[in-house]
Amino acid sequence: MSDTRLTMWEYAQIQGYSRRDFLRFCGWLAAAAGIEASGVGQVVKAMETKPRLPVVWFHFQECTCCSESFIRSSHPIVSDIVLDKISLDYTETLQAAAGHQAEEALHATMKKYKGEYLMLVEGSIPTEADGVYCCIGGRTALDIVKEAAAGAKAVVAWGSCASHGCIQAARPNPTGATPVHKVVSGIPIINVPGCPPIAEVMAGVVVHLLAFERPPLLDGLNRPKAFYSRRIHDTCYRRPNYDAGLFVETFDDESAKRGYCLYKMGCRGPVTYNACGVMRWNNGVSYPIQSGHNCIGCTEENFWDNGPFYQHLASFPGFGIESTADTVGVTVGLVTAAGIAAHAISTNIRKRKLIQEGVKESGNARTDKEGGA
Amino acid sequence: MANRIVVDPITRIEGHLRIEAEVKEGKIVDAYSSGTMIRGFELILKGRDPRDAWAFTERACGVCTTVHALASVRAVEDALDITVPPNAELVRNLMFCAQYLQDHVVHFYHLHALDWVDVVSALKADPKKTSEIAQSISSWPKSSPKYFADVQKRLTAFVNSGQLGIFANGYWGHAAYKLPAEVNLLGTAHYLEALEWQKEVVKVHTIFGGKNPHPNYLVGGVPCSVNLDESNALNAERLAYVGTLFEQAVEFVEKVYLPDLLAVASFYKDWGGIGSGLPNYLAYGDLPVHGFKNTKDFKFPRGAILDRDLSHVHEVDGKNTEQVQEFIKHSWYEYSSGDDSGKHPWDGETQLKYSGPKPPYEHLDVDAKYSWLKTPRWKGHPMEVGPLARLLVAYASGRADVKEVVDGALKALDVPVTALFSTLGRTAARGLETKLIAGWSKEFYNQLLANIKNGDTRMFNSERWDPSTWPKEAKGVGLSEAPRGALAHWIVIKDGKIANYQLVVPSTWNASPRDAKGQRSAYEAALLGTPVKNPDQPLELLRTIHSFDPCIACAVHLYDEKGRYIHQINTF
Repeated sequence: MSDTRLTMWEYAQIQGYSRRDFLRFCGWLAAAAGIEASGVGQVVKAMETKPRLPVVWFHFQECTCCSESFIRSSHPIVSDIVLDKISLDYTETLQAAAGHQAEEALHATMKKYKGEYLMLVEGSIPTEADGVYCCIGGRTALDIVKEAAAGAKAVVAWGSCASHGCIQAARPNPTGATPVHKVVSGIPIINVPGCPPIAEVMAGVVVHLLAFERPPLLDGLNRPKAFYSRRIHDTCYRRPNYDAGLFVETFDDESAKRGYCLYKMGCRGPVTYNACGVMRWNNGVSYPIQSGHNCIGCTEENFWDNGPFYQHLASFPGFGIESTADTVGVTVGLVTAAGIAAHAISTNIRKRKLIQEGVKESGNARTDKEGGA
Repeated sequence: MANRIVVDPITRIEGHLRIEAEVKEGKIVDAYSSGTMIRGFELILKGRDPRDAWAFTERACGVCTTVHALASVRAVEDALDITVPPNAELVRNLMFCAQYLQDHVVHFYHLHALDWVDVVSALKADPKKTSEIAQSISSWPKSSPKYFADVQKRLTAFVNSGQLGIFANGYWGHAAYKLPAEVNLLGTAHYLEALEWQKEVVKVHTIFGGKNPHPNYLVGGVPCSVNLDESNALNAERLAYVGTLFEQAVEFVEKVYLPDLLAVASFYKDWGGIGSGLPNYLAYGDLPVHGFKNTKDFKFPRGAILDRDLSHVHEVDGKNTEQVQEFIKHSWYEYSSGDDSGKHPWDGETQLKYSGPKPPYEHLDVDAKYSWLKTPRWKGHPMEVGPLARLLVAYASGRADVKEVVDGALKALDVPVTALFSTLGRTAARGLETKLIAGWSKEFYNQLLANIKNGDTRMFNSERWDPSTWPKEAKGVGLSEAPRGALAHWIVIKDGKIANYQLVVPSTWNASPRDAKGQRSAYEAALLGTPVKNPDQPLELLRTIHSFDPCIACAVHLYDEKGRYIHQINTF
């Protein structure tokens, strides 16, 4: 087998894609990665010159929903990218080889591309009882993750399991389920939370790494800002109903049939940072709120313990600014106006604060986190 | 002297599965199946709101997403005596059908096909001949010589790149691959097409449940409302979208999946005599037509078959504590009543107790405990669950539509009915039920439209939504059929909270270790006699295991009826 590694453009040519297809694809990549139009040229150049990135994808304590979401990625050429344009050298879900042949493929990549390969992790790592709650090939997940991370260029923690433990870390966390960033250090880690993350968000993150050879701009929780800087509440198309005090009181009531706000049904939109409201799911078809169910906050740490899901947020200690709006739905009329005003004011204060924080944070982040992965 | 081979990880499955097999004179003479990962769902569920349980349990599996949510809402509705509106039942059925259509196609092409299709051999194919074969078995339009030549060119570029990615280290060129190069090319082309296709039909979940994987469910109905005069609800556009998605899915199943399945199967008829495994089959049944309480009208009937006696279907009752029981003789748990006893899920107790080798390890101690999966039994019998069990129960129940499809396939392949009890039979049954489901999905869709036309737009029953309306204590069971087989959730509710929750899932039935009597479960039984020509490349073992479509993450669980924090793992 030859050692040649083709660039993306060479590869696309062999596969019969025209230059026009290729440029359109680069444009899409740029859009997906949240890059402005002026940056498209940079993407094209990167794709013309970069060989296929070796990628290893691990599964630990998980349900494979992240892998399933990833293969739902909508743009036709994206599934080509994940199959062909990266070199997915280890993935228990899709690879042909099993057993020691699979392990050999993994170790060949870890050895040959030491310091170069991208490590994707789906699932949390159990740390109780010396890690016996998840073993692969007779070794513990803890052992495997540490070994593989030592030679990786960067780690992407797919989904809420790898980002913050998710369901198995929910009370009482019987297996000591732990996110990647608590067992691995010394290399860039990108958290892409969600249960699962949106397919196009996952593709967008890979594309960003591929095209720019560095992690996207991250927030304080190491989440890509392109997809996790907005609350669902602030991007929700039902937001005007919230502002107007129009709430669903029971599932399938007249208000539900009109698509009013699900805040009183327990919606976590006000405390959840994700791109559902902007990108929606499965190529923009819908998202939970659009289909009538409250957001359960699946990108947020400990969201399983922040329940019950159908209890609305104002009852929770520590939830501040939107509690005024709860009053809105209970007593309409004058209070509604007051509620809206209070909400508008607090939102504006928050907005200003966010902008200030954003400016400060992005300055820091560029120096802290954009170091060449 | 038998040679012990270990396959770990078993890839192209969901979850973490390890198989240790004894091979003697080219055949498997004994086998041990082990689940090597556990998360602890049932303990986590204790004390939670029963209305939230669907969201927790749905995360048992992201491949067969939705099925646990469905079993869960049914368990709660059973406990609280809630009847959901007909439209909600239809929406659940449509989501069920969409799940099966996607899941079975993905299993065939992406998880199972590489056991039968030699991708590297496809490079040598004559695209013209592939085109002729494709056109002789189907009217699917993507079948020109140019199309297959392009796929081949693409594949050649892939191999020449030196980075084989997911195809690296496959058993290419293994003597057990029997397809002509041209059929390998056909299979590889459709592998890629199916990968594109599968992301479409799941949009049915996105429309009704807001996202996929893991769409939203609701105790008492479904969360989406109907309002034909509103853009914020299910209106004509949304319903038409669902209709189109099903039409496209059905076309792919009928013109690509089923013809490919029969074409591939025709080269592997000998696998109709391999991997027969257990003679007992269990199906809880699903797809209610007149409400979930009318089990007799389910599209998939409920029942059990013992000793392959298709003349008698035994009645199955999830609430009878003598029927479904779980054992832990070879599982890393302990019972207060001893390792030989069995427990009905409502009365179960589980204490995690790892006693296996300290990792890293080479071999498990298979004479002792060797898996995180418990061992479920029906009236003491080991049972196979899954597409084959469903079809056999329906066939034995005299369902005309099922008989027609099954008999048609047997005739087309010119194999006897006994060929069903095999590795090939399982794989074929999966395809045949997909065909049935494709047809049923149209019925459900038309019925939903008819109901709305007649003015019934109800999607949710709010009568017992409020916990103040609930009894102080209630027990329920939610029975369903996951793509991989019989699935049930048992719940005990006390004072509005979950006091007990237990999942007994398909892969627990199939992949579990031996029971107290030493009886093997389905995987271990089916592997007996499976040939292994080259112990370093146990391709045949993968065929038999993949014919069950393993899904292991859901199969391991723990639970403790007293709600104790259980960590008795400090025994080594």
